[in-house]
Amino acid sequence: MSIYFILTQLGQGFLTTILIFILTLLFSLPLGLVVSFGRMSKIFIIRTISKLYISIMRGTPLMLQLIVVFFAPYYVFGLQMGSSFRFTAVIIAFVLNYAAYFAEIYRGGIESMPIGQYEACKVLGLSKSQTFIRIILPQVFKRVLPPLTNETITLVKDTSLAFVLSVVEMFTTAKQIAASETTMLPLMIAGVFYYIFNLIVALSMERMENRLNYYR
Amino acid sequence: MKVLEIRNMKKSFGDLEVLKGISLSVNEGEVLSIIGPSGSGKSTLLRCATMLDNMDEGDLLYLNEFAAKSINGGNSIYSSKDDLKRIKKTFGLVFQNFNLFPHYNVLKNITEAPILVDGISKKEAEDRAKSLLDKLGLANKSSAFPYQLSGGQQQRVSIARALALQPKLLFFDEPTSALDPELTGEVLKVIKELAKEKMTMVIVTHEMQFAKELSDRIIFIDDGIIQVEGSPKEIFSTDNVRLKDFIGKFANR
Repeated sequence: MSIYFILTQLGQGFLTTILIFILTLLFSLPLGLVVSFGRMSKIFIIRTISKLYISIMRGTPLMLQLIVVFFAPYYVFGLQMGSSFRFTAVIIAFVLNYAAYFAEIYRGGIESMPIGQYEACKVLGLSKSQTFIRIILPQVFKRVLPPLTNETITLVKDTSLAFVLSVVEMFTTAKQIAASETTMLPLMIAGVFYYIFNLIVALSMERMENRLNYYR
Repeated sequence: MKVLEIRNMKKSFGDLEVLKGISLSVNEGEVLSIIGPSGSGKSTLLRCATMLDNMDEGDLLYLNEFAAKSINGGNSIYSSKDDLKRIKKTFGLVFQNFNLFPHYNVLKNITEAPILVDGISKKEAEDRAKSLLDKLGLANKSSAFPYQLSGGQQQRVSIARALALQPKLLFFDEPTSALDPELTGEVLKVIKELAKEKMTMVIVTHEMQFAKELSDRIIFIDDGIIQVEGSPKEIFSTDNVRLKDFIGKFANR
């Protein structure tokens, strides 16, 4: 049982972890913005649906959501999905779940913007989309970076939940080796992997924050 | 020529009637100051005139064109979106709290709207902005960010931002209320310069001495109606008890 063996095995699982992480961020960050618009919509029905969506996503375990997404095609549409659907289901569930959290973070940022910024734009004749894209969103982005960092770090650790659908990421691999070789070592190494990954995430987010510190 | 005309403007917030029928007009090249105690309706008047708020009743005209119209004393009907967009170009507004865009430097704060709204080239917008900054004594600040400026400088930038769209009329909403007394002077000086150049202006202010020196006409608002209207001379030698009382409070400061 060599360290080298453990590292190569974990390394492969780690690639899956990173893939889940990247795909989830890629889709949930923009989807969250859409959901936050829904949540702030003036139209009652859209607002209510968005609220309900956020409430369910935040109010039930992500593990359960993974299972529901995986079995939904069968129970709702009677579709038999191949085993390749496992990974897709993981991504869909993660995206749906994280979009809800991101939506609330965005909403907090957007609602914290002083009304004077909107009024200045209105008097200057900027359209609503110009106002949002050029004036509001860049400032909101700066404000929401710290809470986004929080969620992103949680996501790194949450990727281990993919085991529920038998998607073999790093933590699953570590557990398997640990069980077969009766040693804690792979789990500890996995812990180091997570820590380093999160350190990189946190440092890059901090760099981004610093880069936006050219104004207050 | 009347740049602005307001007829019988009324505005309520819930049960509270803030404006109870205000009529006024502003001629080209004229400086009109609006004074009155807190809660008298000055700010609401300005917000309704600049269409940040919609009035309930009354007519609003810029350059003799209706922005909003009350038919037979009913609720005000606003003109079409396209018409309003055009009409809004008539005026600019300088806020009490500046409301500069913190993530843009001074130059971009000023050029953003002319480029986006008027569709002029970046080069032209920057030339225009630079000559305005020059005029307002901020020539060396074009690459500074708002947080790096004093309140007085920020307010001058916001005046430049409004002027960059070349409005026919400029509104000021208590432009020096957020400033230290020592910074007030530099902003008032700029406004005086504009008055000399015959810029049409409507100024809501608590600076009595300033209003007296600068205005062609002063309106005293209290309780949602115009109590007294007249030349600075008439205003400051008034018999009206409320106005006398109001001016007295400022004289004693």
